[in-house]
Amino acid sequence: MNTITLLVFDGLLLISIVSLAWAALATRDARRSVILFMAFGLVLALAWGRLLAPDVALAEAAIGAGLSGALLLAAVSEQPHAAGVVRPSISQNPGRAGTRTAVRWAITLLCAGLAGILGWALLQGLDSSARDTLAQAVAANLAISGVSNPVTAVLLNFRAYDTLLELAVLLTAVLGIFALGQARPGYQCAGPVFDSLARWLAPVLVLIAGYLLWVGAHAPGGAFQAGATLAAAAIVLRLAGRSHIGLPAGGSLRLVTVAGVAVFLLVGLVLLLLGRPFLGYPPAWAGALILVIETAAMLTIATTLVLAFLGGRPQALWREPGVRRDAPPASDAPGAAAPANESAAPSLAAGTQEQTRC
Amino acid sequence: MIDVLAAVLILLGLGFYLAGSIGLLRLPDLYARLHALTKADNLGLGLLTAGLALHAQDLFTSAKLLLIWLAVLAASAASAHLIARHARRRETGT
Repeated sequence: MNTITLLVFDGLLLISIVSLAWAALATRDARRSVILFMAFGLVLALAWGRLLAPDVALAEAAIGAGLSGALLLAAVSEQPHAAGVVRPSISQNPGRAGTRTAVRWAITLLCAGLAGILGWALLQGLDSSARDTLAQAVAANLAISGVSNPVTAVLLNFRAYDTLLELAVLLTAVLGIFALGQARPGYQCAGPVFDSLARWLAPVLVLIAGYLLWVGAHAPGGAFQAGATLAAAAIVLRLAGRSHIGLPAGGSLRLVTVAGVAVFLLVGLVLLLLGRPFLGYPPAWAGALILVIETAAMLTIATTLVLAFLGGRPQALWREPGVRRDAPPASDAPGAAAPANESAAPSLAAGTQEQTRC
Repeated sequence: MIDVLAAVLILLGLGFYLAGSIGLLRLPDLYARLHALTKADNLGLGLLTAGLALHAQDLFTSAKLLLIWLAVLAASAASAHLIARHARRRETGT
């Protein structure tokens, strides 16, 4: 393709990114703002694709545009006047208008300064002759990493420690979500059109997640993208009003939530015991170990994202102390799957039956 | 020959996209705009993917393009239905 065409395309891409970002920030309607933000994420994913970073593009499309958009939309509809949420305008509150303008200018200056520093750093990086040393080091050692996708090699082998800590951050986020209390009640049953879409979309998304996990070893993909896709399957089911969205119940949910960090740590500690450095895989085993860690990480990431969408502990997971197990579930709206071994009163069973209609 | 056919298909597809976009901007109400978007853009995307699939010279890539088209068809039909139903319900107040 000739250079001029690409230049025009890049220019259009840049203009759309900046104007979508501006529109998302400038609009007063919170829902419109979120939808513009999702469009912004999709165009940003295109830009990552143009920068030859398909891994980042996938992650941006799945997490940045898709799941963040779903989370933000859920948050918007939680607000009291969900139909048309309007941000309070400055003129309504003249006393604090001055402070607000000052804060706004301070934030603008801060962001401009940050952008300037980043741009300067980028220019320095482009100029410096040493700019390729890290990439070269990765390429030189790719053969012993156990995978042939350099991004996965960095994330799960050369810088595995960073990824372990990222998973620990996710675990902390889950603790915060559980601290918010019970999950939001589910949505009403979807109509036939959306229900049939959800019916075939969810399994396809699960399949894609498995594919992304497997293909991450030698092509763009990996645990984060796969986890986001898996979470999308559950969220589609949730939006369609299903009460069983694939989240495990009770103790299994806790196990899945810690699986990513636990498996990662276990592998690291066993390697330490065998006299190797922490997370220093033996090259012969590296591929298998990375796949094991990534599988656990995918399940944990998907669970974390779904829990974030639920916005709290799923119902029927832990009973509050003092609440009798056979007490009638006051607000047992469709949350997570009721545990199979739940020896609950008939009222709960009837409730569950009623919820699983759709 | 195949390249020419591919180019024609892609250009036709772009024409439908253009028509759909003009419809989105010019048509009077939400239902008409949805109609323009889903009908014209789905056909436009179909022609576009058909052109690209001819261009791909690789059956696997062509099959993937076809899958993308089918997925977008289903998603856009369902989401257009949801948007229209939501608007209808808000209008009638039920």
